Amino acid sequence: MSGSLQRIYGMVLRHVYLWRRSWVRVLETAYWPTMNMVLWGFVAKFFAGNSSVVAQVPALLVTGLLLWEVLFRGQLAFALAFLEELYSRNLGHLFVSPLRPVELIASMVAVSFLRTCVGVGVAVGLAIALYAASIFDLGLPLVAYFANLLVTGWAVGLMVAALVMRYGLAAENLAWGVIFIIAPISGIYYPVSVLPGWLQNVARCLPTSYVFEGMRGVLLEGRFKWDLLFGAVALNAVYVALGAGIFYAAFRGARQRGALLQMGE
Amino acid sequence: MRLNPAIAVDNLVKRYGAVQALDGLSFHVEHGSTCALLGGNGAGKTTTLAILLGVLLPSSGSVRVLGEDMVRSRYRVLPRMNFTSPYVDLPKKLTVRENLVVFSHLYGLKQIRRRIAELAEQFEFAALLDRYYGTLSAGQRTRVSVAKALLNRPEVLLLDEPTASLDPDISDRIRTHLLDYQKQSGATLFLASHNMVEVERICHQVLMMKAGAIVDRGSPRQLIARYGRSSMEEVFLDVARAGPGKAVLAAGAAPR
Repeated sequence: MSGSLQRIYGMVLRHVYLWRRSWVRVLETAYWPTMNMVLWGFVAKFFAGNSSVVAQVPALLVTGLLLWEVLFRGQLAFALAFLEELYSRNLGHLFVSPLRPVELIASMVAVSFLRTCVGVGVAVGLAIALYAASIFDLGLPLVAYFANLLVTGWAVGLMVAALVMRYGLAAENLAWGVIFIIAPISGIYYPVSVLPGWLQNVARCLPTSYVFEGMRGVLLEGRFKWDLLFGAVALNAVYVALGAGIFYAAFRGARQRGALLQMGE
Repeated sequence: MRLNPAIAVDNLVKRYGAVQALDGLSFHVEHGSTCALLGGNGAGKTTTLAILLGVLLPSSGSVRVLGEDMVRSRYRVLPRMNFTSPYVDLPKKLTVRENLVVFSHLYGLKQIRRRIAELAEQFEFAALLDRYYGTLSAGQRTRVSVAKALLNRPEVLLLDEPTASLDPDISDRIRTHLLDYQKQSGATLFLASHNMVEVERICHQVLMMKAGAIVDRGSPRQLIARYGRSSMEEVFLDVARAGPGKAVLAAGAAPR
Protein backbone atom coordinates (compact mmCIF):
# COMPACT_ATOMS: atom_id res chain seq x y z
CA MET A 1 0.00 0.00 0.00
CA SER A 2 1.41 3.40 -0.94
CA GLY A 3 2.00 5.95 1.81
CA SER A 4 -0.98 8.06 0.86
CA LEU A 5 -3.36 5.11 0.60
CA GLN A 6 -2.14 3.73 3.91
CA ARG A 7 -2.85 7.03 5.65
CA ILE A 8 -6.36 7.20 4.16
CA TYR A 9 -6.91 3.58 5.19
CA GLY A 10 -5.75 4.44 8.72
CA MET A 11 -8.28 7.26 8.98
CA VAL A 12 -11.12 5.10 7.65
CA LEU A 13 -10.12 2.37 10.11
CA ARG A 14 -10.39 4.92 12.93
CA HIS A 15 -14.11 5.36 12.13
CA VAL A 16 -14.76 1.69 11.51
CA TYR A 17 -13.34 0.92 14.98
CA LEU A 18 -15.76 3.43 16.39
CA TRP A 19 -18.83 2.00 14.64
CA ARG A 20 -18.19 -1.69 14.99
CA ARG A 21 -18.68 -1.72 18.72
CA SER A 22 -21.28 1.00 18.97
CA TRP A 23 -24.73 -0.25 17.91
CA VAL A 24 -26.08 3.19 18.83
CA ARG A 25 -24.00 4.80 16.09
CA VAL A 26 -25.07 2.21 13.54
CA LEU A 27 -28.72 2.57 14.59
CA GLU A 28 -28.49 6.35 14.40
CA THR A 29 -27.11 6.06 10.87
CA ALA A 30 -30.18 4.16 9.65
CA TYR A 31 -32.81 5.59 12.01
CA TRP A 32 -33.93 8.83 10.33
CA PRO A 33 -33.81 7.63 6.73
CA THR A 34 -35.97 4.67 7.77
CA MET A 35 -38.41 6.74 9.85
CA ASN A 36 -38.85 9.34 7.11
CA MET A 37 -39.36 6.71 4.49
CA VAL A 38 -41.95 4.79 6.54
CA LEU A 39 -43.90 7.95 7.39
CA TRP A 40 -43.95 9.46 3.91
CA GLY A 41 -44.43 6.11 2.29
CA PHE A 42 -47.72 5.55 4.14
CA VAL A 43 -48.87 9.12 3.42
CA ALA A 44 -48.19 8.57 -0.26
CA LYS A 45 -49.94 5.21 -0.20
CA PHE A 46 -53.03 6.81 1.34
CA PHE A 47 -53.21 9.42 -1.44
CA ALA A 48 -52.62 6.86 -4.13
CA GLY A 49 -55.50 4.74 -2.82
CA ASN A 50 -57.89 7.70 -3.00
CA SER A 51 -57.17 9.16 -6.40
CA SER A 52 -56.16 7.57 -9.64
CA VAL A 53 -54.55 10.86 -10.72
CA VAL A 54 -51.90 10.53 -8.10
CA ALA A 55 -51.36 6.83 -8.49
CA GLN A 56 -47.70 7.42 -9.15
CA VAL A 57 -47.17 9.50 -6.05
CA PRO A 58 -45.79 6.69 -3.87
CA ALA A 59 -42.95 5.92 -6.27
CA LEU A 60 -42.17 9.61 -6.80
CA LEU A 61 -42.34 10.52 -3.14
CA VAL A 62 -40.47 7.52 -1.80
CA THR A 63 -37.79 7.70 -4.49
CA GLY A 64 -37.41 11.45 -3.97
CA LEU A 65 -37.17 10.95 -0.25
CA LEU A 66 -34.57 8.20 -0.51
CA LEU A 67 -32.44 10.22 -2.92
CA TRP A 68 -32.72 13.23 -0.61
CA GLU A 69 -31.51 11.01 2.22
CA VAL A 70 -28.47 10.11 0.10
CA LEU A 71 -27.62 13.81 -0.14
CA PHE A 72 -28.34 14.60 3.50
CA ARG A 73 -26.64 11.52 4.93
CA GLY A 74 -23.65 11.94 2.64
CA GLN A 75 -23.13 15.53 3.74
CA LEU A 76 -23.78 14.77 7.40
CA ALA A 77 -21.45 11.76 7.50
CA PHE A 78 -18.70 13.80 5.85
CA ALA A 79 -19.06 16.66 8.33
CA LEU A 80 -19.37 14.28 11.31
CA ALA A 81 -16.15 12.51 10.35
CA PHE A 82 -14.43 15.88 10.78
CA LEU A 83 -16.36 16.83 13.92
CA GLU A 84 -15.41 13.50 15.49
CA GLU A 85 -11.78 14.66 15.51
CA LEU A 86 -12.77 17.86 17.29
CA TYR A 87 -14.90 16.03 19.84
CA SER A 88 -11.91 13.83 20.67
CA ARG A 89 -9.43 16.76 20.54
CA ASN A 90 -7.35 14.70 18.15
CA LEU A 91 -6.84 17.20 15.31
CA GLY A 92 -3.53 18.31 16.75
CA HIS A 93 -2.11 14.80 16.49
CA LEU A 94 -3.48 14.39 12.98
CA PHE A 95 -2.08 17.62 11.63
CA VAL A 96 1.41 17.00 13.02
CA SER A 97 1.41 13.55 11.42
CA PRO A 98 2.23 13.07 7.74
CA LEU A 99 -1.52 13.05 6.95
CA ARG A 100 -2.14 15.69 4.28
CA PRO A 101 -5.39 17.68 4.13
CA VAL A 102 -6.25 16.03 0.81
CA GLU A 103 -5.85 12.59 2.44
CA LEU A 104 -8.04 13.67 5.35
CA ILE A 105 -10.67 14.74 2.81
CA ALA A 106 -10.34 11.43 0.94
CA SER A 107 -10.87 9.52 4.17
CA MET A 108 -13.97 11.60 4.98
CA VAL A 109 -15.31 10.84 1.50
CA ALA A 110 -14.81 7.10 2.08
CA VAL A 111 -16.40 7.26 5.53
CA SER A 112 -19.33 9.24 4.17
CA PHE A 113 -19.86 6.71 1.36
CA LEU A 114 -19.89 3.78 3.81
CA ARG A 115 -22.23 5.48 6.26
CA THR A 116 -24.62 6.57 3.53
CA CYS A 117 -24.79 3.05 2.09
CA VAL A 118 -25.61 1.64 5.53
CA GLY A 119 -28.08 4.38 6.46
CA VAL A 120 -29.99 4.57 3.22
CA GLY A 121 -29.62 0.85 2.47
CA VAL A 122 -31.90 -0.13 5.36
CA ALA A 123 -34.55 2.37 4.22
CA VAL A 124 -34.32 1.16 0.63
CA GLY A 125 -34.93 -2.42 1.73
CA LEU A 126 -37.93 -1.42 3.81
CA ALA A 127 -39.38 0.65 0.97
CA ILE A 128 -39.41 -2.45 -1.22
CA ALA A 129 -40.95 -4.58 1.52
CA LEU A 130 -43.65 -2.11 2.62
CA TYR A 131 -44.66 -0.29 -0.56
CA ALA A 132 -43.16 -2.28 -3.40
CA ALA A 133 -41.49 1.03 -4.26
CA SER A 134 -38.02 0.12 -5.31
CA ILE A 135 -35.45 2.80 -5.93
CA PHE A 136 -33.79 0.23 -8.17
CA ASP A 137 -36.64 0.78 -10.66
CA LEU A 138 -34.57 3.75 -11.74
CA GLY A 139 -32.09 1.27 -13.17
CA LEU A 140 -28.65 2.45 -14.21
CA PRO A 141 -29.51 6.16 -13.89
CA LEU A 142 -29.75 5.50 -10.16
CA VAL A 143 -25.96 5.13 -10.04
CA ALA A 144 -25.52 8.51 -11.72
CA TYR A 145 -28.03 10.23 -9.40
CA PHE A 146 -26.61 8.55 -6.31
CA ALA A 147 -23.07 9.60 -7.24
CA ASN A 148 -24.08 13.17 -8.00
CA LEU A 149 -26.00 13.62 -4.77
CA LEU A 150 -23.12 12.19 -2.76
CA VAL A 151 -20.71 14.57 -4.45
CA THR A 152 -23.00 17.53 -3.70
CA GLY A 153 -23.11 16.34 -0.08
CA TRP A 154 -19.30 16.25 0.06
CA ALA A 155 -19.02 19.74 -1.42
CA VAL A 156 -21.38 21.09 1.26
CA GLY A 157 -19.57 18.96 3.88
CA LEU A 158 -16.25 20.58 2.89
CA MET A 159 -17.77 24.02 3.44
CA VAL A 160 -19.19 22.99 6.82
CA ALA A 161 -15.80 21.54 7.89
CA ALA A 162 -14.16 24.81 6.81
CA LEU A 163 -16.61 26.83 8.92
CA VAL A 164 -16.00 24.55 11.90
CA MET A 165 -12.26 25.04 11.43
CA ARG A 166 -12.80 28.79 11.39
CA TYR A 167 -15.41 29.16 14.15
CA GLY A 168 -14.91 25.99 16.18
CA LEU A 169 -17.71 23.83 17.54
CA ALA A 170 -20.00 26.88 17.63
CA ALA A 171 -20.55 26.12 13.93
CA GLU A 172 -21.39 22.46 14.67
CA ASN A 173 -25.14 22.88 14.16
CA LEU A 174 -24.53 23.81 10.52
CA ALA A 175 -23.59 20.19 9.94
CA TRP A 176 -27.14 19.17 10.80
CA GLY A 177 -29.14 21.93 9.22
CA VAL A 178 -27.35 23.69 6.40
CA ILE A 179 -28.39 21.28 3.65
CA PHE A 180 -32.09 21.98 4.28
CA ILE A 181 -31.62 25.46 2.79
CA ILE A 182 -31.60 23.89 -0.65
CA ALA A 183 -34.37 21.35 0.01
CA PRO A 184 -37.34 23.55 -1.05
CA ILE A 185 -35.68 24.60 -4.31
CA SER A 186 -34.19 21.27 -5.32
CA GLY A 187 -37.50 19.92 -6.62
CA ILE A 188 -37.36 16.77 -4.52
CA TYR A 189 -41.11 16.14 -4.41
CA TYR A 190 -42.37 18.58 -7.06
CA PRO A 191 -41.06 19.94 -10.35
CA VAL A 192 -38.93 23.07 -10.27
CA SER A 193 -41.54 24.68 -12.54
CA VAL A 194 -43.89 25.17 -9.58
CA LEU A 195 -41.43 27.62 -8.03
CA PRO A 196 -41.66 31.39 -8.67
CA GLY A 197 -39.55 32.50 -11.63
CA TRP A 198 -36.67 33.94 -9.67
CA LEU A 199 -36.45 30.82 -7.49
CA GLN A 200 -36.37 28.67 -10.62
CA ASN A 201 -33.25 30.59 -11.61
CA VAL A 202 -31.71 29.84 -8.22
CA ALA A 203 -32.70 26.19 -8.58
CA ARG A 204 -30.91 26.01 -11.93
CA CYS A 205 -27.68 26.79 -10.08
CA LEU A 206 -28.07 23.68 -7.90
CA PRO A 207 -26.95 20.23 -9.08
CA THR A 208 -29.68 18.70 -6.94
CA SER A 209 -32.49 20.21 -9.02
CA TYR A 210 -31.09 18.52 -12.15
CA VAL A 211 -30.92 15.18 -10.34
CA PHE A 212 -34.50 15.29 -9.07
CA GLU A 213 -35.83 16.49 -12.43
CA GLY A 214 -33.94 13.61 -13.99
CA MET A 215 -35.46 11.19 -11.50
CA ARG A 216 -38.97 12.35 -12.46
CA GLY A 217 -38.07 11.99 -16.12
CA VAL A 218 -37.20 8.33 -15.61
CA LEU A 219 -40.17 7.52 -13.36
CA LEU A 220 -42.88 9.42 -15.26
CA GLU A 221 -41.66 9.33 -18.84
CA GLY A 222 -39.33 6.36 -18.76
CA ARG A 223 -36.63 8.58 -20.29
CA PHE A 224 -33.11 9.27 -19.04
CA LYS A 225 -32.24 12.87 -19.78
CA TRP A 226 -28.54 13.18 -20.42
CA ASP A 227 -28.61 16.98 -20.46
CA LEU A 228 -29.83 16.98 -16.86
CA LEU A 229 -27.05 14.61 -15.85
CA PHE A 230 -24.40 16.76 -17.53
CA GLY A 231 -25.83 19.85 -15.82
CA ALA A 232 -25.55 18.16 -12.44
CA VAL A 233 -22.00 16.94 -13.09
CA ALA A 234 -20.82 20.37 -14.28
CA LEU A 235 -22.33 22.17 -11.29
CA ASN A 236 -20.91 19.57 -8.92
CA ALA A 237 -17.45 20.18 -10.34
CA VAL A 238 -17.87 23.87 -9.54
CA TYR A 239 -19.18 23.24 -6.02
CA VAL A 240 -16.49 20.70 -5.16
CA ALA A 241 -13.79 23.11 -6.34
CA LEU A 242 -15.42 25.86 -4.28
CA GLY A 243 -15.73 23.60 -1.22
CA ALA A 244 -12.10 22.47 -1.51
CA GLY A 245 -10.97 26.07 -1.95
CA ILE A 246 -12.85 27.19 1.16
CA PHE A 247 -11.54 24.19 3.14
CA TYR A 248 -7.93 24.95 2.18
CA ALA A 249 -8.39 28.65 2.94
CA ALA A 250 -9.77 27.74 6.38
CA PHE A 251 -6.88 25.33 6.93
CA ARG A 252 -4.37 28.02 6.05
CA GLY A 253 -6.21 30.50 8.28
CA ALA A 254 -6.06 28.00 11.16
CA ARG A 255 -2.31 27.67 10.56
CA GLN A 256 -2.01 31.45 10.70
CA ARG A 257 -3.94 31.66 13.97
CA GLY A 258 -2.40 28.60 15.56
CA ALA A 259 -5.81 27.02 16.00
CA LEU A 260 -4.93 23.51 14.83
CA LEU A 261 -3.30 22.31 18.05
CA GLN A 262 -5.98 23.70 20.36
CA MET A 263 -9.06 22.93 18.34
CA GLY A 264 -11.58 20.89 20.29
CA GLU A 265 -14.39 20.96 22.80
CA MET B 1 28.83 13.62 9.14
CA ARG B 2 25.71 15.79 9.38
CA LEU B 3 26.37 19.39 8.44
CA ASN B 4 23.01 20.94 9.30
CA PRO B 5 21.70 21.11 12.84
CA ALA B 6 18.61 19.01 13.58
CA ILE B 7 16.63 22.17 14.26
CA ALA B 8 17.60 25.60 12.90
CA VAL B 9 15.50 28.62 13.79
CA ASP B 10 16.51 32.03 12.48
CA ASN B 11 15.01 35.37 13.40
CA LEU B 12 11.56 33.92 13.98
CA VAL B 13 8.76 36.42 14.46
CA LYS B 14 5.09 35.70 15.14
CA ARG B 15 2.46 38.37 15.57
CA TYR B 16 -1.20 37.85 16.38
CA GLY B 17 -2.58 41.23 15.36
CA ALA B 18 -0.99 43.71 17.74
CA VAL B 19 0.40 40.99 20.01
CA GLN B 20 4.03 40.05 19.42
CA ALA B 21 4.21 36.38 20.45
CA LEU B 22 7.76 35.75 19.18
CA ASP B 23 10.31 38.48 18.73
CA GLY B 24 13.25 37.44 16.56
CA LEU B 25 13.94 33.97 17.97
CA SER B 26 17.16 32.28 16.78
CA PHE B 27 18.63 29.01 17.94
CA HIS B 28 20.09 25.75 16.70
CA VAL B 29 19.72 22.28 18.19
CA GLU B 30 22.39 19.73 17.35
CA HIS B 31 21.61 16.16 16.30
CA GLY B 32 21.29 13.76 19.20
CA SER B 33 21.01 16.44 21.85
CA THR B 34 18.18 17.40 24.18
CA CYS B 35 17.08 21.00 24.31
CA ALA B 36 14.52 22.54 26.64
CA LEU B 37 12.51 25.67 26.15
CA LEU B 38 11.88 27.25 29.54
CA GLY B 39 9.71 30.22 30.34
CA GLY B 40 6.67 31.32 32.24
CA ASN B 41 3.14 31.13 30.93
CA GLY B 42 2.80 33.22 27.78
CA ALA B 43 6.55 33.32 27.14
CA GLY B 44 6.07 31.82 23.66
CA LYS B 45 6.99 28.17 24.22
CA THR B 46 3.83 26.66 22.72
CA THR B 47 3.99 29.10 19.81
CA THR B 48 7.55 28.02 19.11
CA LEU B 49 6.62 24.33 19.30
CA ALA B 50 3.65 24.85 16.98
CA ILE B 51 5.84 26.58 14.39
CA LEU B 52 8.43 23.80 14.67
CA LEU B 53 5.66 21.31 13.94
CA GLY B 54 4.46 23.34 10.98
CA VAL B 55 0.93 23.80 12.32
CA LEU B 56 1.47 27.51 12.88
CA LEU B 57 2.82 29.86 10.23
CA PRO B 58 5.41 32.41 11.33
CA SER B 59 5.05 36.09 10.43
CA SER B 60 8.69 36.07 9.31
CA GLY B 61 11.93 34.18 9.81
CA SER B 62 12.83 30.61 8.95
CA VAL B 63 12.46 27.22 10.62
CA ARG B 64 14.24 24.14 9.37
CA VAL B 65 13.92 20.67 10.84
CA LEU B 66 16.30 18.02 9.53
CA GLY B 67 17.17 20.48 6.78
CA GLU B 68 13.56 20.96 5.57
CA ASP B 69 11.67 24.22 5.62
CA MET B 70 8.67 23.69 7.92
CA VAL B 71 6.58 26.33 6.16
CA ARG B 72 6.98 25.06 2.60
CA SER B 73 7.94 21.40 2.77
CA ARG B 74 6.81 20.05 6.13
CA TYR B 75 5.40 16.83 4.64
CA ARG B 76 8.92 15.76 3.64
CA VAL B 77 10.05 15.74 7.23
CA LEU B 78 6.91 14.95 9.26
CA PRO B 79 7.36 11.16 8.82
CA ARG B 80 10.73 11.55 10.58
CA MET B 81 9.34 13.59 13.48
CA ASN B 82 6.75 13.10 16.17
CA PHE B 83 5.10 15.00 18.97
CA THR B 84 3.36 14.44 22.27
CA SER B 85 1.49 16.73 24.59
CA PRO B 86 -0.86 16.12 27.51
CA TYR B 87 -3.02 18.88 26.04
CA VAL B 88 -3.72 17.07 22.77
CA ASP B 89 -5.74 13.90 23.29
CA LEU B 90 -6.02 10.65 21.45
CA PRO B 91 -9.57 9.45 20.66
CA LYS B 92 -11.03 8.29 23.98
CA LYS B 93 -13.52 5.86 22.50
CA LEU B 94 -10.86 3.81 20.76
CA THR B 95 -8.80 1.27 22.64
CA VAL B 96 -5.10 1.84 23.19
CA ARG B 97 -4.30 -0.75 20.51
CA GLU B 98 -6.70 0.81 18.00
CA ASN B 99 -5.22 4.24 18.55
CA LEU B 100 -1.72 2.93 18.00
CA VAL B 101 -2.78 1.00 14.89
CA VAL B 102 -4.38 4.12 13.39
CA PHE B 103 -1.30 6.25 14.02
CA SER B 104 0.97 3.47 12.77
CA HIS B 105 -0.85 3.71 9.44
CA LEU B 106 -0.59 7.49 9.44
CA TYR B 107 3.18 7.19 9.89
CA GLY B 108 3.46 4.49 7.22
CA LEU B 109 4.69 1.67 9.49
CA LYS B 110 5.01 -1.80 8.02
CA GLN B 111 5.24 -4.23 10.94
CA ILE B 112 2.59 -2.61 13.03
CA ARG B 113 1.73 -5.46 15.38
CA ARG B 114 5.36 -6.05 16.28
CA ARG B 115 6.09 -2.35 16.88
CA ILE B 116 3.05 -1.94 19.14
CA ALA B 117 4.04 -5.04 21.12
CA GLU B 118 7.58 -3.66 21.55
CA LEU B 119 6.34 -0.32 22.83
CA ALA B 120 3.69 -1.90 25.05
CA GLU B 121 6.36 -4.00 26.70
CA GLN B 122 8.81 -1.13 26.97
CA PHE B 123 6.26 1.26 28.47
CA GLU B 124 4.56 -1.47 30.51
CA PHE B 125 1.05 -1.11 29.14
CA ALA B 126 0.57 -4.50 27.47
CA ALA B 127 -2.29 -5.21 29.88
CA LEU B 128 -3.99 -1.99 28.83
CA LEU B 129 -3.92 -2.53 25.07
CA ASP B 130 -7.59 -3.46 24.82
CA ARG B 131 -8.85 -0.83 27.21
CA TYR B 132 -10.45 2.38 26.00
CA TYR B 133 -7.98 5.26 26.02
CA GLY B 134 -10.58 7.38 27.83
CA THR B 135 -10.64 5.02 30.82
CA LEU B 136 -6.90 5.31 31.52
CA SER B 137 -5.37 7.32 34.35
CA ALA B 138 -3.28 10.40 33.56
CA GLY B 139 -0.06 8.43 33.99
CA GLN B 140 -1.25 5.60 31.75
CA ARG B 141 -2.38 8.07 29.10
CA THR B 142 0.99 9.78 29.14
CA ARG B 143 2.79 6.46 28.65
CA VAL B 144 0.54 5.61 25.71
CA SER B 145 0.90 9.09 24.26
CA VAL B 146 4.70 8.95 24.47
CA ALA B 147 4.59 5.47 22.92
CA LYS B 148 2.50 6.90 20.08
CA ALA B 149 5.19 9.54 19.62
CA LEU B 150 7.85 6.83 19.31
CA LEU B 151 5.91 4.61 16.86
CA ASN B 152 7.83 5.84 13.83
CA ARG B 153 11.20 5.96 15.63
CA PRO B 154 11.40 9.73 15.11
CA GLU B 155 14.72 11.46 14.51
CA VAL B 156 13.29 14.60 16.09
CA LEU B 157 10.85 14.30 18.97
CA LEU B 158 8.99 17.36 20.21
CA LEU B 159 7.50 17.16 23.69
CA ASP B 160 5.17 19.66 25.28
CA GLU B 161 5.42 19.27 29.06
CA PRO B 162 5.82 15.49 28.81
CA THR B 163 5.45 14.89 32.55
CA ALA B 164 2.85 17.52 33.43
CA SER B 165 0.50 16.42 36.23
CA LEU B 166 2.28 13.09 36.75
CA ASP B 167 3.52 11.79 40.07
CA PRO B 168 7.32 11.71 40.59
CA ASP B 169 7.52 7.95 40.05
CA ILE B 170 5.80 7.98 36.67
CA SER B 171 7.60 11.17 35.66
CA ASP B 172 10.92 9.48 36.39
CA ARG B 173 9.96 6.42 34.34
CA ILE B 174 8.94 8.56 31.38
CA ARG B 175 12.23 10.45 31.52
CA THR B 176 14.14 7.16 31.70
CA HIS B 177 12.29 5.86 28.64
CA LEU B 178 13.03 9.03 26.71
CA LEU B 179 16.72 8.92 27.61
CA ASP B 180 16.92 5.23 26.68
CA TYR B 181 15.29 5.96 23.35
CA GLN B 182 17.68 8.79 22.68
CA LYS B 183 20.68 6.64 23.60
CA GLN B 184 19.56 3.86 21.26
CA SER B 185 18.46 6.00 18.33
CA GLY B 186 20.53 9.17 18.53
CA ALA B 187 17.32 11.17 18.24
CA THR B 188 17.06 14.88 18.96
CA LEU B 189 14.64 15.79 21.75
CA PHE B 190 13.13 19.25 22.06
CA LEU B 191 10.82 19.94 24.95
CA ALA B 192 8.86 22.71 26.53
CA SER B 193 8.71 22.14 30.25
CA HIS B 194 7.99 23.67 33.63
CA ASN B 195 9.65 20.77 35.40
CA MET B 196 13.11 21.98 36.40
CA VAL B 197 14.23 18.59 37.76
CA GLU B 198 13.47 17.14 34.38
CA VAL B 199 15.38 19.86 32.59
CA GLU B 200 18.42 19.42 34.83
CA ARG B 201 18.38 15.68 34.38
CA ILE B 202 17.92 15.23 30.67
CA CYS B 203 18.80 18.44 28.83
CA HIS B 204 22.10 19.40 27.21
CA GLN B 205 20.92 22.87 26.32
CA VAL B 206 18.34 25.21 27.81
CA LEU B 207 16.75 28.21 26.12
CA MET B 208 15.27 30.64 28.61
CA MET B 209 12.32 32.51 27.12
CA LYS B 210 10.54 35.60 28.21
CA ALA B 211 8.00 37.72 26.33
CA GLY B 212 8.66 35.94 23.06
CA ALA B 213 12.43 36.22 23.11
CA ILE B 214 15.35 34.10 24.28
CA VAL B 215 16.88 35.90 27.22
CA ASP B 216 19.57 33.37 28.12
CA ARG B 217 20.88 30.00 27.02
CA GLY B 218 23.38 27.34 28.03
CA SER B 219 23.60 23.95 29.65
CA PRO B 220 21.81 23.56 33.00
CA ARG B 221 25.20 23.49 34.73
CA GLN B 222 26.36 26.66 32.96
CA LEU B 223 23.14 28.50 33.80
CA ILE B 224 23.20 27.46 37.44
CA ALA B 225 26.82 28.64 37.70
CA ARG B 226 26.15 31.89 35.84
CA TYR B 227 23.30 32.86 38.15
CA GLY B 228 25.11 31.66 41.26
CA ARG B 229 22.24 29.37 42.17
CA SER B 230 21.94 25.75 43.23
CA SER B 231 19.15 24.61 40.91
CA MET B 232 17.39 25.40 37.66
CA GLU B 233 14.29 26.27 39.62
CA GLU B 234 16.13 29.20 41.21
CA VAL B 235 17.53 30.23 37.83
CA PHE B 236 14.00 30.13 36.41
CA LEU B 237 12.74 32.40 39.17
CA ASP B 238 15.59 34.85 38.63
CA VAL B 239 14.80 35.07 34.94
CA ALA B 240 11.06 35.24 35.43
CA ARG B 241 11.31 38.01 38.02
CA ALA B 242 13.97 40.10 36.33
CA GLY B 243 12.92 43.11 34.22
CA PRO B 244 11.08 42.77 30.97
CA GLY B 245 12.16 40.90 27.88
CA LYS B 246 15.74 40.72 26.80
CA ALA B 247 17.02 42.81 29.68
CA VAL B 248 18.14 39.81 31.72
CA LEU B 249 21.50 39.25 30.09
CA ALA B 250 22.14 42.86 29.15
CA ALA B 251 21.49 44.16 32.63
CA GLY B 252 23.73 41.52 34.14
CA ALA B 253 21.05 40.43 36.55
CA ALA B 254 23.06 37.36 37.29
CA PRO B 255 25.09 36.09 38.94
CA ARG B 256 24.11 37.02 42.42
